[in-house]
Amino acid sequence: MQATTLVETRGLTKRYPGVLALNSVDFDLNKGEVHVLFGENGAGKSTLISMLAGANTPTEGSITLNGETVRFESVADAQAKGIYTVFQEFSLIPTLTVAENIFLGWEPMKGPFVDHRAMRRRAREMFEELDFPIDPTAITASLSRAQQQMVEITKAFHGDLSVLILDEPTASLTDREVDHLFGFIASLKERGVGIIYISHRIQEFQRIADRVTVLRDGAKIGTVAMADTDDHALVEMMTGRAITEIYPTIARNPGPVLATAKGLSTPGVSASDVEIRAGEVLGIAGLVGSGKSRLFRAMMGLVPRLGGTVTLHGQDVTRAPTREIIRDGMYYLSPDRKAEGLDLAKTSNENLALNLVMGGKGVGRTGFINWKTIRAESERIADHVELHDGYRQKLVSQLSGGNQQKVLFGKCFGQEADIYIFDEPTVGVDMGTRSALYLLIKSLAEAGKAVVVISSDLPEVLNLSHRMLVLAHGRISAELSGDEMVEDQVLKYFFDESGATA
Amino acid sequence: MSEQGNKTGAGGLIKRVFVKVGVLPFFLLGALIIFTALSSKFLTGQNLVNVARQSVYLVLVSMGQMLVLISGGFDLSVGTAIALTSVVSASAMVFFTGIFPDAIWLAILLGAFTGFAAALMVGVVNGIGIAYFDVSPFIMTLGVSSVGAGLALFLTGGVPVSGLPFEFADVFGFGRLWGIPVPVVLAVICIVVMWVFMSRTRLGTQIYAVGGNIKAAHLSAINTKRTLMLAYMVCALIASLTGLLLTARVESGEANLGGTIALESIAACVIAGVSLRGGIGRVENVVLGAFFIVLVQNGMNLAQVSSYMQMVLLGVLLILAVIFDQMRYRIIMSGR
Repeated sequence: MQATTLVETRGLTKRYPGVLALNSVDFDLNKGEVHVLFGENGAGKSTLISMLAGANTPTEGSITLNGETVRFESVADAQAKGIYTVFQEFSLIPTLTVAENIFLGWEPMKGPFVDHRAMRRRAREMFEELDFPIDPTAITASLSRAQQQMVEITKAFHGDLSVLILDEPTASLTDREVDHLFGFIASLKERGVGIIYISHRIQEFQRIADRVTVLRDGAKIGTVAMADTDDHALVEMMTGRAITEIYPTIARNPGPVLATAKGLSTPGVSASDVEIRAGEVLGIAGLVGSGKSRLFRAMMGLVPRLGGTVTLHGQDVTRAPTREIIRDGMYYLSPDRKAEGLDLAKTSNENLALNLVMGGKGVGRTGFINWKTIRAESERIADHVELHDGYRQKLVSQLSGGNQQKVLFGKCFGQEADIYIFDEPTVGVDMGTRSALYLLIKSLAEAGKAVVVISSDLPEVLNLSHRMLVLAHGRISAELSGDEMVEDQVLKYFFDESGATA
Repeated sequence: MSEQGNKTGAGGLIKRVFVKVGVLPFFLLGALIIFTALSSKFLTGQNLVNVARQSVYLVLVSMGQMLVLISGGFDLSVGTAIALTSVVSASAMVFFTGIFPDAIWLAILLGAFTGFAAALMVGVVNGIGIAYFDVSPFIMTLGVSSVGAGLALFLTGGVPVSGLPFEFADVFGFGRLWGIPVPVVLAVICIVVMWVFMSRTRLGTQIYAVGGNIKAAHLSAINTKRTLMLAYMVCALIASLTGLLLTARVESGEANLGGTIALESIAACVIAGVSLRGGIGRVENVVLGAFFIVLVQNGMNLAQVSSYMQMVLLGVLLILAVIFDQMRYRIIMSGR
């Protein structure tokens, strides 16, 4: 047993200011094993692998590789020891060709010069072996996301690979591509490579996992052999409680249709119809890359609308700019609070103030802002979203993900709206905050507002919504309501290639 | 900087002041000490009044520059806006004086507005390039500054425009209102208007928001393109006003006015704690920052530092200010 252990961590801990991201985790990986890391967003999976990959250094604890203690200073350091990681965020350089990307840093040389011909030839051989249909001479930026993912994976297969870490590798792949990948993982296993595999797709585990380690809130809950467990037990380990407890029951009082999209299309989404009703929560499910977010970004005018019509309160807003749509009462909560949600260098009060000012609150008839009114209003909103007093004067960058998300939610109460579109409302948020945010969604819907919840977290959509749309490959593959809204049904439509509507 | 009664001591106090207001108080203190030591004339009432009057031009331009910096860009073409205003308004004044010899003030007014219009074009072109075509502010304003400087020289053939109405220079260059120089009065009015604009109006808030996170601003129903346009246009207009005042001061339209003011105004803003990443900056600090730059130049003149060495020192000050700004940003974002 001892001889086959590749990687071992003991008491691995990572502390950020005010956050314990990983709490004394013991983890081990054997030769020729696929070890799945499973847990919710923010459970600590990414933190754990970032330290194994050398992207991050532990606050406490040790990592041993083949029995010797190692300390990685950089990703290159870890790669030199045979640990290769395919991160979710790609490390490809978009302006270079595929072959140049694959051989970046270890280019085949002919004397002092790079041997481009050999590079292309070997890249082509690698693609053939993996059965990935990619042209090595193509510019990386011209590839689809799935193809880029394949290049990223191909990049890992060189040198003396002993540990491969895959962070949600199948999130943007089609079934056929996933089959290739799994085939390749199997052949790597035979060569004795240890694989750490992160995924939310529990249905994949039966196919490839040997063991599963479940993390929750930065701590290890347990490691189980896949043969001894099932999906149900894993989910319960992941959430730590019966799922129904987290999600409130939201009363449904369907009102009039407030907004519609008819035949709306945008790059990556083909003609789709959506109806948003008052007093109802509409859930949107689908894999990453299925177009579920893009469809609503197109409704908001954030991405180009290629065809179809969008109406809001019966008015045609197909060509209206985003700011007019927001003013007319449709609010969109961004899935990326750092990049497009918050001003990180400002306090949470200041972030809330912006929407209050734009919503016209505290702006007198003279056009001057009354900061006293604004401050009082931001305090009221902060109370409403249960943001602790001590955080309100702090810069948003210093808050934890959960509190940042509360501020982001708070922003949508600054501007009056009838329709709230929440795109990944609880991404990277802990359990306590999640249930608080769900209660906010409940109170909005029960107050007669229309709520849309777009989420990659299927249980979230299933439990919150009254009616749901499932997207697959850029089209709506199903509209479900009532008893049809069960996991098996939905998963079937996730991979639906036909695009038939139920 | 009063006594805090805190056990963190002097180091803690310095750090708190640094994080709160930036590097300016330290620079100002250092300059006062050094130049007082070097020249007995430096710390006299007469000299400080002199500095205040000289700093009017930089204070004005720096406020415009601040607006653009807060919006997340910067403007290298402020000097060009000044030069263009100078030659265009001077030529126009001479022209209109010929048409309305009996209505000198009408001619002056028309001339001034022609100058404003020329500078506004600079701002509009900058704004369109940056907001609508996503040209980087660096390239856009650098290019426009070359275009504008070329036009100003072309219009005049490189020769100063003379023959301005006597009243123009008499009032705007050397006049006094209630015993205060007219340029100072105008600057004070501008400072107050700008302060109210940035802190009490929606548009001001929008400029901060666009610089802080343009995507978040877009998702808060802000017209980000219009906001950027506005920042560059107001910046050019303030520079234009400065150009007019300088023209009155030198009593001719000159294409070489405002040569170093882009660098100086950016330095004044950065020293005053305006973030080069946008979103952060305060009017009152910028006024003080511009005053500081002129104070240092004045001090160096009194200490008989050659004008060549002054350029060296100004560049060094700017770089130091940016380094300190980076340190401060890191401290702020990490929460100490």
